[in-house]
Amino acid sequence: MSTLHTVNKSPFTNQSLLSCIAHAKAGDAVLMIEDGVYGAPAGTAVADALAARAGEVSIYVLGPDLAARGLDAGRILDGVNAVDYAGFVDLAAKHDRAVAWL
Amino acid sequence: MSEDVKKFLYLNRKAPYGTIYALEALEVVLIGAAFDQDVSLAFLDDGVFQLTKGQDTKEIGVKNFSPTFRALGDYEVTKLYVEKESLDERGLSADDLQEIMYEDEDDDWAEKPSIHIVSRAEMADLIADQDVVLSF
Repeated sequence: MSTLHTVNKSPFTNQSLLSCIAHAKAGDAVLMIEDGVYGAPAGTAVADALAARAGEVSIYVLGPDLAARGLDAGRILDGVNAVDYAGFVDLAAKHDRAVAWL
Repeated sequence: MSEDVKKFLYLNRKAPYGTIYALEALEVVLIGAAFDQDVSLAFLDDGVFQLTKGQDTKEIGVKNFSPTFRALGDYEVTKLYVEKESLDERGLSADDLQEIMYEDEDDDWAEKPSIHIVSRAEMADLIADQDVVLSF
């Protein structure tokens, strides 16, 4: 039994991403969407917190939202994987529940 | 309860009056209570501010909905989980929260507290135990 967590706000606006990764359990997935994708690049103030959980929690970012914001998919944090919309659907189907961190 | 009862968790992470999320969550909980599901409410991050004592909204011109939490027991919504770390971070303790009681029909209508203070790890376990999580 596992959970897909989605985060749709910038981690520089509120604590949703940090709260999400603090509540995710081993085997869960975290997907950054919409403004949540600002958490994906390497070298940010939240990168260490994400990297610390990236082993036991699978971390993804929605590619179309990265592209829309001009963020370079080649500069996202190691251990964070970009997915397309079909990948988003696969994640939703793979996990038992989805939790939105607004 | 029939076997199609699902576990629903309402996840509250917003303070009460700055946005409409908290009030909307309460409205949905009250509507959802008609469907005889296994309902829990979680309060974490700024959501813990929803349950503080002494809210007085007279001068901001919006409804003070905090007393409504005390009516949830009448709708068989009796499980309110509040994260201790979120309280601590905000300089709050359980004593700053209003008392919310329900009458336990399986225990001669004994009055029992609805609020349970849980750790962050327990909150993570609670989320992982649900069929459906609705976020506000």
